[in-house]
Amino acid sequence: MDNKIPAVQMRDITKRFGSVLANDKVWLNIYRGEILALLGENGSGKTTLMNMLSGIYFPDEGTIAIDGKEVVIRSPKDAFDLGIGMIHQHFKLVDVLTAAENIVLGLPGKLDLKAAAEKIRGICSAYGFEVDPDQKIYDMSVSQKQTVEIVKVLYRGADILILDEPTAVLTPQETEKLFAVLRNMRNDGKAVVIITHKMHEVEELSDRVAVLRHGQFIGDMPTAKTSAQEMTNMMVGHPVVLNIKRPEPVNPRPRIEVEGLTVRSIDGYLKLEDVSFTAYSGEILGIAGISGSGQKELLESIAGLQPVEAGSICYIEDDGRREQLLGKDPLSIAQMGVSLSFVPEDRLGMGLVGNMDLADNMMLRSFRSGKSMFTDRKTPHTLAETVVHDLEVSTPSVSTPVRRLSGGNVQKVLVGREISSAPTVLLTAYAVRGLDINSSYTIYDLINRQKEQGVAVIYVGEDLDVLLELADRILVLCGGKVSGIVPGRGAKKRDVGLMMTKLGGKSDE
Amino acid sequence: MFDIISFIPRAVVQGIPLLLGSTGETLTEKSGNLNLGIPGIMYVGAISGVIGSFFYEQAHGADLNSLVAILIPISCCLLGSLLMGLLYCFLTVTLRANQNVTGLALTTFGVGFGNFFGGSLIKLSGSELPSIILTQTSNCFRRSLPIAEKLGWFGKLFLSYGFLTYVAVIIALAAAYVLRHTRTGLHLRAVGENPNTADAAGINVIRYKYAATCIGSMIAGLGGLYYVMDYASGVWANNAFGDRGWLAIALVIFTVWRPNVGVLASFLFGGLYIVHMYIPSGMNLAVKELYKMAPYVVTIIVLVLSSMRNKRENQPPASLGLAYFREER
Repeated sequence: MDNKIPAVQMRDITKRFGSVLANDKVWLNIYRGEILALLGENGSGKTTLMNMLSGIYFPDEGTIAIDGKEVVIRSPKDAFDLGIGMIHQHFKLVDVLTAAENIVLGLPGKLDLKAAAEKIRGICSAYGFEVDPDQKIYDMSVSQKQTVEIVKVLYRGADILILDEPTAVLTPQETEKLFAVLRNMRNDGKAVVIITHKMHEVEELSDRVAVLRHGQFIGDMPTAKTSAQEMTNMMVGHPVVLNIKRPEPVNPRPRIEVEGLTVRSIDGYLKLEDVSFTAYSGEILGIAGISGSGQKELLESIAGLQPVEAGSICYIEDDGRREQLLGKDPLSIAQMGVSLSFVPEDRLGMGLVGNMDLADNMMLRSFRSGKSMFTDRKTPHTLAETVVHDLEVSTPSVSTPVRRLSGGNVQKVLVGREISSAPTVLLTAYAVRGLDINSSYTIYDLINRQKEQGVAVIYVGEDLDVLLELADRILVLCGGKVSGIVPGRGAKKRDVGLMMTKLGGKSDE
Repeated sequence: MFDIISFIPRAVVQGIPLLLGSTGETLTEKSGNLNLGIPGIMYVGAISGVIGSFFYEQAHGADLNSLVAILIPISCCLLGSLLMGLLYCFLTVTLRANQNVTGLALTTFGVGFGNFFGGSLIKLSGSELPSIILTQTSNCFRRSLPIAEKLGWFGKLFLSYGFLTYVAVIIALAAAYVLRHTRTGLHLRAVGENPNTADAAGINVIRYKYAATCIGSMIAGLGGLYYVMDYASGVWANNAFGDRGWLAIALVIFTVWRPNVGVLASFLFGGLYIVHMYIPSGMNLAVKELYKMAPYVVTIIVLVLSSMRNKRENQPPASLGLAYFREER
């Protein structure tokens, strides 16, 4: 490997955003025929570094060489011309256009969608994709959109591919398919860079890893010669214990009783059908399921945000009094101690206001309290500082607008605020989506602490490995129905996976 | 009796300024710029043309060369509205100012600009009436095919208009074709829908925004010129243009951002605009005022219907009204 000329050589790259140093004299080599995993905590500058390679940002200092020749990448077009293609975490697709229109977007020449569709089909069959060139993007699932992104890059003849957290929104099956494609590309002699937080993916897929920390390049090594523990330590900068505690539930009592819950979407599709379960205090109830199986609707029904067609949701107080939650408005449900922290795909969509600063976002929960006609700004400010300190949110100050924070930090703020309201029921969805390993463990810790304090936690997660380690019981949703409830201790990943795709989890054989 | 044969040509000439205005605004909005300065730009387009032809008529008196008499006002009009478009772009695209505020300011400015120079020209001409009359230039603009008269109702419905009428229809159809079927159109739509994506795909977002807005402004400016030279027979009076600019913006929504639909829709709007003159309402002026509301009522109904049907293709460009900055995070 040492005598090969790197496909990409980044030297002394520095990039500042205002006073924040996003990249500090970073060196990185990318080779052909190799999958490189770029690791780092949230805000360590991985995406920024790759954005400079793909022409979105321009480096303040440093040089980039492609195949040994120094180049200047001023715009995404320059990057395409050099064969660099990036698949962004947030898809860069125009919703109202078709797949083919999106793929040819930005290319010169006469517009010939028929010829383009032909070429797209060719690429698809070469690598094993399924894309309908005439399908509109807004009709597509997340994984289909990602496929369009990859085809788009290949269509332009890119041979240096960068994927920014490609698996964050994929099911295990879709991830497998993606990995197969990436391996095909590697064997085809292309250079592949993948940014990810999931250690087992790094170990499974990559040939080499490079680690960034606080914008600085820490080191790189062949994947085979390292371990999850070592990589994590490099990312974080100090040794980290990589296992999730699971204390036994203490004195569990029924807290939320859901019976026969049926929910229809506005378009009339059945999103939840006859869902029944009980959540106990001092226990974590994990919810597993392919994304879009009704997790969102379930949590929103409990929080009072979703109109319900049939069924009942009872809140049971410590003394056994029962209270029907259906028909109550979200505010009074929240005052009973039911707290919802839902991290949607775009992170800012629900829960936080991007243009408001940290302190003001804390105030969204508390502005009604107090008798004075003026709001109390001091408490939220203190709370914001506590959250920043406890969860190690990297932000210039608590008066920075939330949208300027990196994704993971935004999430910490959201989860931190929800937990701070001392709930009796904590509903959380995708709390660690896109978070690096260290922050994820901080969040698991926080959730566990809530559980120990007797909170009934309902945890919707997408990483099955984590669910199996964290949850006391796992409720598996499949197409809006309860496929089964299994104890978290001793559950097998395979079984839960099967239950996710098939009611009851029995295979056909 | 409702005289359809005389009603339709009047609806058409009434509709053409709206058609030009809305075609221009559609192109602009497709780039993500919500240019509420269109009424002002049409005003500036009109007065620029008037200024040009005023001095030409003053200089040459009776023996006008009709080609020059047409080219001078058109070039002046295009130049005036181009400058307005550039000003809008510089403020909203380069300096990323708020589009609504900038647009409204341009409208106020444009109307004031028009009235100021209109008033000055009226002073210069020494006319008794508070208007500038450019009959000779107007005659060049309004000249229709001589055979129109001989063809009865057909000639009256289809051939009785000045050349700018046909140009307006051709521009609208061409704009629709460009948007739908060419790479430029695809790129422009992408810029308006999702500039981040367009940028990442290597499209020069800034250039597209500037180009679409400036071309759109020039087309809209022609609408103002058409109003003076053709519809008003070369008579400029301050504030006579009225609220047509706003109606053009309403038309953009009415046509769900499709200039080809705009051709017929503008005639419909033109008809609705003057329908109060054709429906006998006796002495009751209040009823007339109600009829004048017709175009706006229809626009509201269309807005309600199109948002109820909620078809993605019929929605405004997704990033309409938002400034674009590549390194914004």
